[in-house]
Amino acid sequence: MAFQVSKSGDVTVIDVKGQLIVGNRQELKQKVLDELEKGERMFVVNFSETGYIDSSGLGVLVSLSKKIREKDGELRLASLNEDLRTLFELTKLDTLFTIADSREEALEGL
Amino acid sequence: MDQELILELPNDIRSIEHAVEYVTRHCSSCSEYARRLNLNFRVGLTEALSNAMLYGNNSDPEKSVRVEVTITNDEVSVRVTDQGVGFDPELVPDPTLPDNISKSGGRGIFLMKALMDEVEFNERGNSVTLVLRFEGEATA
Repeated sequence: MAFQVSKSGDVTVIDVKGQLIVGNRQELKQKVLDELEKGERMFVVNFSETGYIDSSGLGVLVSLSKKIREKDGELRLASLNEDLRTLFELTKLDTLFTIADSREEALEGL
Repeated sequence: MDQELILELPNDIRSIEHAVEYVTRHCSSCSEYARRLNLNFRVGLTEALSNAMLYGNNSDPEKSVRVEVTITNDEVSVRVTDQGVGFDPELVPDPTLPDNISKSGGRGIFLMKALMDEVEFNERGNSVTLVLRFEGEATA
């Protein structure tokens, strides 16, 4: 599992490769907070290569979204497969996030 | 033929992903039900293990978590037991209520109940049994 950070213009894109779960959620959190500290404000977390997310992974996304909004930034999620969408719908977190079908769609307008 | 597995895991959240994959790999009778295995089972078991390690055992590295798995042609059943004092699962608030939705925690037991067919805690609250049945339309 790994989190790959890249830039697309002013947007920081984090690709989640593998799972986003209790064992690695702090790694994602720290990577995003480091970028936020450097002055980055627009973020896309891309899940095109993600197997599953647990409640800790969902929790870290909620927490990061709040911290980014506090700095007048925005966090968007991209490329959730059917299973991952089910998790967001069950927990009603689909109402809390902007979720795009693809990385490209998420980048539009940011 | 029924298959049984017993694992004694160190109280280390980094061991969870490997343990979930190990148990899932042994579930050959459920391979037809790939979606239920990939999502429901993996996430349900991950939640049970992280609850046991973080809250049940209070992240104490000296403690361990016992995992007992029974796989039949009809279902997979997993009992996860920690060495903590237990808790009352009824006291956990609904994370989908408007006041709770933007909280970062509190979704573990909700997801377990939503994704598994049965979730039963023992009276003390330090052991949970999860059951996933293989029924309905196969997805493999």
